[in-house]
Amino acid sequence: MSVALFCKLKEKGEVKVAKSTQPRSKVLARQETFTAYMFLIPSLFFFITFVIVPMVMCVFNSFFDYTSTSFNFIGFGNYVRMFQDEIFMRALKNTILIVVVSVPAVVIFSLWVASAIYKMSNFALSFYRCVFYLPVVTGSVAVTVVWKWMFNKYTGLFNYVLNSAGLIEENISWLGDERFAIWCIIIILFTTSIGQPIVLYVSALGNVDKTLVEAAQVDGATDLQTFWKIKWPSIMPTTLYVLVITTINSFQCFALIELLTSGGPNNSTQTIMYYIYYVVFKLDQFGYGNAMGVILAIIIALFSALQFKLGSEN
Amino acid sequence: MESAKKWTPYKIITVIALAVMAFLFLFPLYWIVTGSLKDAATINSATPQWFPLAPTLDNYVRLFSKPALKWLFNTVFMAVAAMVLTCLTASLAGYALAKKRFTGRELLFSLMVCAMALPKQVILIPLLKEMAFFGLHDTIWAVILPTVGWPFGVFLMKQFAENIPTEMLEAARIDGAGEVLTFTKIVFPMIKPGVGALAIFTFINSWNDYFLQLIMLNSSTNLTISLGIAKMQAEMATDFGLIMAGAALAAVPIIVVFLMFQSYFTQGITMGAVKG
Amino acid sequence: MKKIFAMLLACMLVFSLVACGGNDAPAGDQAADTTEITLWTYPVGKFGDEATVKGFIEKFNAVHPEITVKVEYLDYTNGDNQVTAALEAGTAPDIILEGPERLVSNWGRKGKMVDISDLWADTKADIEAQSPAVVAACQENGVFYEYPFCMTTHCMAINYEVFEQAGALQYLDLETRTWTTENFKKALEAVAGSGLVQETGVVYCGGQGGDQGTRALVNNLYSGKFTNEDYTLYTADSAENVKALTELKAYTDAGILSYDAGIVAADELQLFANGTIGMSFCWNAANEANYASQVQFTPYAMAFPSDDGTPELCGGIWGFGIFNNEDDAKIAAAKTFIKFICDDETQGKESVKATGFFPVKASYGNVYAGTEDEARMGNYTSMMPYLGAYYNVAPNWAEQRTAWWGMLQEVFAGTAVEQAVATYTGAVNK
Repeated sequence: MSVALFCKLKEKGEVKVAKSTQPRSKVLARQETFTAYMFLIPSLFFFITFVIVPMVMCVFNSFFDYTSTSFNFIGFGNYVRMFQDEIFMRALKNTILIVVVSVPAVVIFSLWVASAIYKMSNFALSFYRCVFYLPVVTGSVAVTVVWKWMFNKYTGLFNYVLNSAGLIEENISWLGDERFAIWCIIIILFTTSIGQPIVLYVSALGNVDKTLVEAAQVDGATDLQTFWKIKWPSIMPTTLYVLVITTINSFQCFALIELLTSGGPNNSTQTIMYYIYYVVFKLDQFGYGNAMGVILAIIIALFSALQFKLGSEN
Repeated sequence: MESAKKWTPYKIITVIALAVMAFLFLFPLYWIVTGSLKDAATINSATPQWFPLAPTLDNYVRLFSKPALKWLFNTVFMAVAAMVLTCLTASLAGYALAKKRFTGRELLFSLMVCAMALPKQVILIPLLKEMAFFGLHDTIWAVILPTVGWPFGVFLMKQFAENIPTEMLEAARIDGAGEVLTFTKIVFPMIKPGVGALAIFTFINSWNDYFLQLIMLNSSTNLTISLGIAKMQAEMATDFGLIMAGAALAAVPIIVVFLMFQSYFTQGITMGAVKG
Repeated sequence: MKKIFAMLLACMLVFSLVACGGNDAPAGDQAADTTEITLWTYPVGKFGDEATVKGFIEKFNAVHPEITVKVEYLDYTNGDNQVTAALEAGTAPDIILEGPERLVSNWGRKGKMVDISDLWADTKADIEAQSPAVVAACQENGVFYEYPFCMTTHCMAINYEVFEQAGALQYLDLETRTWTTENFKKALEAVAGSGLVQETGVVYCGGQGGDQGTRALVNNLYSGKFTNEDYTLYTADSAENVKALTELKAYTDAGILSYDAGIVAADELQLFANGTIGMSFCWNAANEANYASQVQFTPYAMAFPSDDGTPELCGGIWGFGIFNNEDDAKIAAAKTFIKFICDDETQGKESVKATGFFPVKASYGNVYAGTEDEARMGNYTSMMPYLGAYYNVAPNWAEQRTAWWGMLQEVFAGTAVEQAVATYTGAVNK
């Protein structure tokens, strides 16, 4: 990171130098703009067509009572309705619960694993890195269906193991019980989320300036002190990145819900993501779905901004 | 290294905990593979069999009576096409954003950064309409193109291209190299590691983007393997043997690729993060 | 290594491009003199089975070689969403096979379907002779959106041997296949006490299909109604229904019945087929055929228990509808296809047999006469007189479905019944 940052600063400096010593002629500037856009065209085509245009349409549609049979302007009607919609509020609560639980869990756990393995032999390091990254490459659907089987009330592994161990007396319907369903989702989400952070932390910890660590140890600092005073600050950028991607991933958790609970039981695993899908495809209320999408995007943006702010203050 | 030989209680606990966690993370995979080899009676029994004592290929026979290979093929095609297109467009655009000064640069860049956090799901209906407009709904391209449009690649390539010394580009220009030549001979070789990272990123993201596939694909021959498994699950809720066979078909090839190119994956992920 | 990887990817890409191009070409050539139509089927009996449907299309093409039919097989979990997406994207099929609750009260009401009254011209009297309810269900305000060909009553089934050993058969009227609520409870107690099965039965409420079973269970227990007389309001909050839900909740509390928000109808059927549970609430003739090879016991079809012993069963009506894709040639071809499948002299009866249900036309008589299925189907014929009102045409049906599951989940999780039904009716009666 520091290298990249240094280069960035250097580049900025150069630009300034270039500006001050040789003011460019208008012709040259226009020519450069032209070539730049030639390079940008392919990418811009995809970006504008498949991101910007739908985004604008999404915001636009959110002000309409838009269904498969109607398209009437209703101003902020969809937005007002959203905050009176109990299921939406429930979904919002669940979504935030998932984020608030899984993000810190992922950060703490991956940091713990990374600091435990980063000094190991090459083989052991690769082994653990692979193991924890496997659920990511296996693919969310394949992972989800096997968990669904393990959670099954009648033929699932969990009930069998817990029964055999004498921990439960009768089989539990893990995904059908309001008390457990969302925690099952969070566990699976957790296993598919920690692979990347571990890889990142291993590399970040490996890059911590060794002389600083040694100096601290010579001064008699304990392992814990070394960690908090030396390592933690220098892996801060990685932590920030991990926070942001895990937050976005947790907000977007969809396949798990769709395949395991469809938002049930009794909306206890309803998330905004899944509710949008439900409202749009089961109830045909496209305008309302769009409005919820806009709100979701704003919430994600706020969370990311908040984390950036906290991160940069540290 | 020096302290590695001291077995403090903390260390022992860590090693045991790691081993247990590793086991728990490997177990679902083991359960997929062994489950796919069990017959219906074993699958539906309340007492699970830890190892398939009478392995059967019946589940795979039933799996391949469906267009499962076509699904796998579609998925590979989708991920590879998205990867190639993204790497191509993003490296061109990233270079321009990093090294060219032009009107609208700041605006464009901020727009891309903002769009990066945007969940694709938010724009699903307009996207659906657009694909219908282009006549692409229910084709694999409807899944590929939005992936290519996602600006993360451009952002990443810009960070890499910024490391190219401006002097080199100047020198090339003085030598009379045109823009195209400069890009292919100087820029591209220098951002190659970045392109590798982006390739891996895009491949995995596209492979796992279940939502977009779910919305865009309908016909049973156009499905991806993820959708195929989901569909089998919807049709035959508890036929876990068949579903595990599908999951194994989806997971094993990509895991093999991952293990073969493991170091590239880890490098790619790290570079992607450090630069991104 | 890197080079090999790159080569490999490049090869795959080129190969895929070639393969895709190759697939498209023949379709273009044929377009000149043939009409291509698409048919989407929900899994109605063997209409969810590729081999069966292909056979029918081959027979159709022997008579009408000028029409090619492409088929997609939907499932009840994602089917509706796929149709919604296709309607929005303009890639809807020409023909769809399902029941009036989707064809008439969903897509028909939204103006997405073609009026197919002309298909009814010759056969309306024949269908009316079998059941006027079918004619009423397939139309809205005189416009027909569905052309039906088969029907059935949804019932439940018990594990005969388990009931026999548990001494619970005495509570059933095996002759008429009915039982009273009181006897149902006694039977549950006997089966639960016997320990022969893990659970007596499971009220599945995980969502998706199979809701008719749970609806009939609740409605029959104290002879409640699902909607009002003219199918405009849902009446889950009626005294009878509240009493029934309270009773069911009491059964689960007493441990003589189980509920599970984690499983759907298909899971419950599988559990029943495995012998894990002693009864299924999602039974009909087609399901008996589907699970015949798996069951190691006698599934005995029964009507739902009711306080007066006279059950009112939910009917299923299936048939074809045509989406309005604004292409007259395709609409005409679609009608030709539907006519062939439903009304052709030999194919008509074959189509009904493939569903495992009963014909909607009186003139078809007993299509199973002389086949190996005759005895089995006879068991279900005896329940046809219990066919109740076809209320599935009530408004907000899709929303009602989700809300219904939510209500069951709430009731069994311990919410006061009155409160749960109020939430439900509040959400669906608009």
